[in-house]
Amino acid sequence: MNELLWTYVGWPLLKILVILLALVLLAAYLSWFERKLLAYMQIRLGPNRVGPKGWLQPIADALKLFVKEDLTPGFAEKFVFLLGPVLIIVPALVVFSVIPFGPSPHLFITDVNIGVLFILAVSSIGVYGIILGGWASNNKFSLMGGLRSAAQMISYEVPMGFSVVTVLILAKSLSLVRIVEAQKQAGLWFVFPGFVAFLVYFICGVAETNRNPFDLPEAESELVAGYHTEYSGMKFAFYFLAEYANMVVVSSLATVMFFGGWLRPFPNVSALAFLDVIPPLVWFLLKVAFFLFLYIWFRGTFPRYRFDQLMGIGWKVLLPVSLVNLLVVAYFVSLPGGQV
Amino acid sequence: MVTIGHYLVLSSVLFAIGAGGVLLRRNGIATLLGIELMLNAANVAFVAFAKQHGNLEGQVVVFFVMAVAAAEVAVGLALLVAIFRRLQSIDVDRLSAMRW
Amino acid sequence: MDFLVAHFSQAVFLFLAFFSLGGAVGVVVLRQPVHAALSLLASFLGVAGLFVLARGEFLAAVQVLVYAGGVMVLFLFVIMFVNVRAVGKEAQYLRPLVPLAVVGGLLFSALALTAMWALGRRPPADAFPLVSVAGQEVGNTEAVGWILYREYLLPFEVVSVLLLVAMVGAIVLGRKPKEMEKA
Repeated sequence: MNELLWTYVGWPLLKILVILLALVLLAAYLSWFERKLLAYMQIRLGPNRVGPKGWLQPIADALKLFVKEDLTPGFAEKFVFLLGPVLIIVPALVVFSVIPFGPSPHLFITDVNIGVLFILAVSSIGVYGIILGGWASNNKFSLMGGLRSAAQMISYEVPMGFSVVTVLILAKSLSLVRIVEAQKQAGLWFVFPGFVAFLVYFICGVAETNRNPFDLPEAESELVAGYHTEYSGMKFAFYFLAEYANMVVVSSLATVMFFGGWLRPFPNVSALAFLDVIPPLVWFLLKVAFFLFLYIWFRGTFPRYRFDQLMGIGWKVLLPVSLVNLLVVAYFVSLPGGQV
Repeated sequence: MVTIGHYLVLSSVLFAIGAGGVLLRRNGIATLLGIELMLNAANVAFVAFAKQHGNLEGQVVVFFVMAVAAAEVAVGLALLVAIFRRLQSIDVDRLSAMRW
Repeated sequence: MDFLVAHFSQAVFLFLAFFSLGGAVGVVVLRQPVHAALSLLASFLGVAGLFVLARGEFLAAVQVLVYAGGVMVLFLFVIMFVNVRAVGKEAQYLRPLVPLAVVGGLLFSALALTAMWALGRRPPADAFPLVSVAGQEVGNTEAVGWILYREYLLPFEVVSVLLLVAMVGAIVLGRKPKEMEKA
């Protein structure tokens, strides 16, 4: 009985707690990393006052957001206003329950056989946080930002879905663990047969997280920060945290689906076996860190798109490209001996 | 043990509530929401029967129902938007003209 | 504790059932359209949970993806577009309340009686719809896909055409009429 309790309640709870804490810290320090990196790209210093080299800046930010007065505007829809931050943070964190950080069963919370679909489904709930937050604020800028963001997220979900399907065709499974194992068996990362799919996936991922150059929903110069204008204190912190958590989700999925998850490069070339010195978990984190760096690099490099350009890219470029790519990959896989 | 009866009772209550929404509400959007509810009630019953008989065809039918529901919502909402443009209202009681 | 373990599936079922029923009641009762839509969302999520309980993981994911991710967002879009805020109580319900309520009540009792009858039938033990594909036991997704693309290929294609027609229809209906564009 006690053993049952431990395997089904205690141990998973412990893992959830560890991952949750690590994630929140990671998100906080990601914001610090972003500010430092952007400052470096723009020949500035960035945060450097709190702690050595600004190391404690995220902690100070978090403390500020904790103790700040939690305002609810008098004209807001109270209940929905409260629901918005909850609906955005919960899906962003729940997704991590199926992401495998390493091969051993201790390094992921669970492996469900609908893994990828689960992630797509859960993260599609996140759009409510934005659209409802914008609506409940009762502020035209917030509403505009919320509606824009919802349209954007729905539009980019379609090509993203197609590029994910490409991986599913190659891996023949929806389970994230098995997708990585399929790459091990095939002896190559799926980014090689599915390079176009990867490009489409990552562009859509940037758009899904509302990051530059697709950060129209919060275009501060025209929308006064968009859907979270009226939010302050902890509620704002939830939106903030969710954005960074979602960046980690997109990066982790890119790693798992296209870059072999916890595998080292060229997993079946024995000449590279010395790379196995680095443990799988570290490989995974390194790859994720690379994609997070890409995110910030984009922000330091690209100007923002106009809204009609954004929709045009989604529907007229990415969707046809991902569809044709899907057909081509499916054709090659269906050839005799075409099993990757 | 959860038997098929549990699911069927739930499904019928859901369906009746959805039908009530369609019959009672004057807001056109609420009417559409009621229809969605009824379709979902049917889905619950299909899935329950699939489980009962160990036959997945019930689940396949649910898949089709979802596709049809999506199509229905797209057309229904487009109709509502068109009606709103004409009448500045989506009160179904005001839709008394056969043509305009 | 032992009791809870023994009746775990019932407890989960009851919780999900109340969740989805509560959401459904909210759809009929709540005046503000956005609240009604949110209530329906809660109901959908409850039903998705029920699908998992009834061994339809794939359907549960599709339910959340299609209904929560697509359909309800579309609803919210239109609600915000037509911008109908809450209306007074007198304008909420259709006029002939009593006859409509009677029709609804009759419908409900008919359905409930059918369900009760099924409940009393002492059904055979549950068989899990885990199918074997090519002699191998597979998950729900593979099994559904197997049936969908083999036995139901034609309906599948027809449904895709239906979706295309609906899309074209929605675009045609959603466009502004010519005389309104000039005005």
